[in-house]
Amino acid sequence: MNQPILLAGGVNVFKYAAPQTFYPLAGKLMPWFFWTAALLCAAGLYIGFFVAPTDHQQGEAYRIIFIHVPAAWMSMFIYVVMAFWAGVGLIFNTRLSHMMVSALAPTGAMFTFVALWTGALWGKPTWGTWWVWDARLTSELILLFLYFGFMALQAGIDDTRRADRAGAILALVGVVNIPIIYFSVKWWNTLHQGASVSLTSAPTMAATMLSGMLLMALAAWMYSIATALHRVRSIILEREQGAEWLKHLPEATK
Amino acid sequence: MKTRHKRLAMVAAGLCALGIAAALVLSAFQKNLVFFFTPSQVAANEAPQGRSFRIGGLVAPGSVQRQPDGVTVNFVVTDTVQNIPVAYRGVLPDLFREGKGVVAQGNLGADGRFTASEVLAKHDENYMPPEAAEALAKAHAGKPPGAATVVVPAATTEKR
Repeated sequence: MNQPILLAGGVNVFKYAAPQTFYPLAGKLMPWFFWTAALLCAAGLYIGFFVAPTDHQQGEAYRIIFIHVPAAWMSMFIYVVMAFWAGVGLIFNTRLSHMMVSALAPTGAMFTFVALWTGALWGKPTWGTWWVWDARLTSELILLFLYFGFMALQAGIDDTRRADRAGAILALVGVVNIPIIYFSVKWWNTLHQGASVSLTSAPTMAATMLSGMLLMALAAWMYSIATALHRVRSIILEREQGAEWLKHLPEATK
Repeated sequence: MKTRHKRLAMVAAGLCALGIAAALVLSAFQKNLVFFFTPSQVAANEAPQGRSFRIGGLVAPGSVQRQPDGVTVNFVVTDTVQNIPVAYRGVLPDLFREGKGVVAQGNLGADGRFTASEVLAKHDENYMPPEAAEALAKAHAGKPPGAATVVVPAATTEKR
């Protein structure tokens, strides 16, 4: 990096691209994100289950939306972030970007699984079926396999640099699936209903329902950041074993 | 051109090529990606012939008739332009209601009657408390007939 990019405060961004500077920073930030996630989640669940009104059609069954939608949003968004870091890693050859991709994958897979699982639990009482092969459900299942594929590929190659490269390419290729998931309910007719919340039109939900869902979505963001930071710290330790800076960590000298 | 510029160009070109390839594949399979056919599409012979497929639309208000045997239900699926009469033996989902979305899988007889083997309810993306729904219905009741049905089917019809 011959031309360091400077932020407003004169902080060199690339300084934090080095594992030894990022490791303590991640450690400091992590608890904040965990606690914010816990608080937001508690508030979101409280509104979702005790404050939000019953739905006019679905009765109480709709309440699974407070977990289903945030999980589904997060499952797609994490993949986009993974693809972004994979691209950065490929272009700039930064080790930390690749570590970030690996750190995000399990959380993304978890949210994808939760979205599919809560979707099945929601589908049975409302649609009358656990699963159908419509465009939305199928493309989300493909997303789960992309996450699994990424993790398997990464773990399957012994040479870290080659594993990172192969994983990054898979992450970038798979990103094509994200707009397909998102727009599937618009492009084709599906059993899955359209989006209740979108950037282009007013939400089609009562305000309290919406606020509960958005709080849960924010909680999912905070949780994802916290787990990614936690995991990237472990990955740094694993990959940098034997590095000189590790011996000077406060944890190591104690 | 620096190495990383070259790599940036390669990644960008790769993503573009992939996007175009995906768009071409999806448009080629457009027909196979739809989950159901609307009564209008069936009337235009766009639905597959001679094999089982799904039809989707709204349950025509006032069309649901439960037969005396207790398991057979007759109803009409409509997209407000074309209608298809459906016969189904079995348990209906809880959200199966007149005026609401439905997807039925089965075979179309020569007489234009559809024999369903599976019936699924398709609900819309509107969530509101019952009082709000009632207020909406009341507000629409003041308008000329026809306007009242627009709120609910909008989601289904626009997506076809």
